[in-house]
Amino acid sequence: MTDDKNIADDLPEPVVQRPRVNASLVWLVPVIAALVGLSLVIHAWYDAGPTINISFQSAEGLDPGKTPVKYKSVIIGKVNTVRLSDDRTHVVAKVALEKSAKGFATADSRFWVVRPRIGLGGVSGIDTLLSGAFIGADAGQSQEPKEDFVGLETPPTVTHGAPGRTFDLHTDDLGSLDIGSPVYYRRIQVGRVSSYHLNKDGKGVTLQIFIDAPNDQFVTTSSRFWNASGVDVSLGADGLKVNTQSLATVLAGGLAFQDPPGPHDATPAQENDAFTLFNDQATAMAPPDGEPRYIRMRFNQSLRGLAVGAPVEFLGVPFGRVVSINLDYDEKTQTFPTIVGAVVYPARLGKAHDKLVAIAKSQGDDEQMSAMMGKLVDRGLRAQARTGNLLTGQLYIAMDFLPKATKVDFDGRTKPLEIPTAPGDFDKIQQQIADIVNKIQKVPFDSIGNNLDQSLAELHKTLQQVNGSVLPELKNTLQGAQKTLGNADSALSPDSQLQQNLGGTLQELQRAARSLRVMTDYLGAHPDALLRGRRADDKLAPMPPSPAPVEPSQGSKP
Amino acid sequence: MSELLRASDLGLIGCHVCRLVCRDVKTPDAVCPRCGCALHKRKSASYTRTWALLIAAFVFYLPANVLPIMRTVSLGDVDDNTILSGIIELWRKGSPDLAVIVFTASIVVPVLKFFALSLLLISSQRGSQWAQRQRSRLYRLVEFIGYWSMLDVFVVALLTALVQFGFFSQVEPLPGVVFFGLTVVITMLASMTFDPRLIWDGRESDD
Repeated sequence: MTDDKNIADDLPEPVVQRPRVNASLVWLVPVIAALVGLSLVIHAWYDAGPTINISFQSAEGLDPGKTPVKYKSVIIGKVNTVRLSDDRTHVVAKVALEKSAKGFATADSRFWVVRPRIGLGGVSGIDTLLSGAFIGADAGQSQEPKEDFVGLETPPTVTHGAPGRTFDLHTDDLGSLDIGSPVYYRRIQVGRVSSYHLNKDGKGVTLQIFIDAPNDQFVTTSSRFWNASGVDVSLGADGLKVNTQSLATVLAGGLAFQDPPGPHDATPAQENDAFTLFNDQATAMAPPDGEPRYIRMRFNQSLRGLAVGAPVEFLGVPFGRVVSINLDYDEKTQTFPTIVGAVVYPARLGKAHDKLVAIAKSQGDDEQMSAMMGKLVDRGLRAQARTGNLLTGQLYIAMDFLPKATKVDFDGRTKPLEIPTAPGDFDKIQQQIADIVNKIQKVPFDSIGNNLDQSLAELHKTLQQVNGSVLPELKNTLQGAQKTLGNADSALSPDSQLQQNLGGTLQELQRAARSLRVMTDYLGAHPDALLRGRRADDKLAPMPPSPAPVEPSQGSKP
Repeated sequence: MSELLRASDLGLIGCHVCRLVCRDVKTPDAVCPRCGCALHKRKSASYTRTWALLIAAFVFYLPANVLPIMRTVSLGDVDDNTILSGIIELWRKGSPDLAVIVFTASIVVPVLKFFALSLLLISSQRGSQWAQRQRSRLYRLVEFIGYWSMLDVFVVALLTALVQFGFFSQVEPLPGVVFFGLTVVITMLASMTFDPRLIWDGRESDD
């Protein structure tokens, strides 16, 4: 042991220095680690937003732990789990929202799955073909917190906070419109249909449209909306016109709006103002219809060619349409009159209507203007079914003043108002033609035919007689005549006796005439010869041997 | 078996660096007269440091497993993977061998290290004489496998560097891999600060 100690004594002695850093500082390392870990936990806790449940019809494209929730392409959450609902009718996606997206867990937020969609209106969500579907979100304005949401099956067309205005449109039926159908203003797309629903009474549809800013200012209180779906073909005096908004509307439907021509109220419409959606541009641009009135007409004639929807015109101005055509039975006359019901819009008559109403009011007339109508009927106001198209025989109802109309008893207080009728022009023509036909029918064609037949038989007999007896006689007579003519012919021929005699006679006559002329010439020169006779030295002109070569110069020389 | 003398029994102390043997002056601030290195009979505050580092490593190991370590983007399909989900994916996609390797390197080895070091620390602090030889073998094993558990970090680093094809395919590291790397480094430090001689020091209390 002592040796060992000696060894130690020989060894060098360590140097003592100032105290070193405390070894327990190494605990800083786990403390820092803990702090880092803690900061992560706090960060995660601080960042964690609310967890919400969204139910969808199907979990197609939803990937637990991966599918993001996006708002304006910013990820605001992630699908954590996807499970079936208890009743297995839908799926429930549990979504962890980020802290910043806390506002999305409120009552009127909307969620939908963005998948690639190809429709007539266009293609959307192409990017999700590769990246996979994601859940789109749209925050509302409500502050009320909510945890369970029902996801939309189609993306909403209008997102909250988008600049623009929403308007309501009322129409009879939806037509070919759908959510997302475009709304055009001067053929530029300025908005779309955001939703539609049946009216509570089931009589009509209310569409909600959204017009993007800044074009929403063009919607004024007097704007007219019409359904621009399909192709509008009109045949007018200036030819065939085909009118469409765009190819997309032809296929997928669409709306258009515009202010009516002429002076109108141009104040911009307020949010959620209601408008009427017309079927076409022409109806939309027509003056406002005003309150419809129901009238009834009783026609004592067949109304073949009159269809429901046929126009009702007043002095050529269309102001209503036929809504019903029914047969009635009149016991007194045992006829079947046709009852035609029509809806008319008196306001369409414009100033005429305004003035009539004013006059009626000033005279204290009732609401139906029965007294005024009575006056008009007295002056000959009648409804007529007239032919609008001679080819197809389509009828329309025309209200006109017929001064020659027969007087009728008119009660303006019946409801609905019954307008007296007059047979139409075409009916008159028909009546006249019928009369003519009647008269023609009265002609006794049968007896005329019989008589004619008898006469013909007599004639036949006569002809037979003629053939049998008269004709042979005639033949003989003709033969005799022929003989006579032959004789005459031979008598007249140049070598016949008669002809020669005649020639000789004529020559003699010629000679006699010449000697007479010579004598007259001589007497002209020597009138004394009548008393004294011819002198001896006078020579008479030599007589030509034949009458033919008579020379006129010889006769005129002396 | 007669007791073997220890250096401290002889009043000697060796320098860790230049291996000069000096007299033990029993002061904590002694310095080697030749190279100026601090002199300790054992690694100074070995228990404290090892415990501290081990606990720090364990704390880092939690986020390393919870946070995703790698993001793979292929054709717009973004996929974030933690260590475990990556292993599961590898297994499902038909590479069970790879899955086993990654599982061993990323889960088994760190956990094994935590257990081994804790076991060594507790048993040594108690001065237990149980299985001293096996414990020292365990220590050597811990030292040896330490750096192999960096596999995950290497994989992420390599893929990040190699797979950069923009839209078609891209790999990005995520915070988890940093914590995992820290865990591995700190466990290695912990095993380094542990003085294996402490395993044998327990003998004293026996006699």
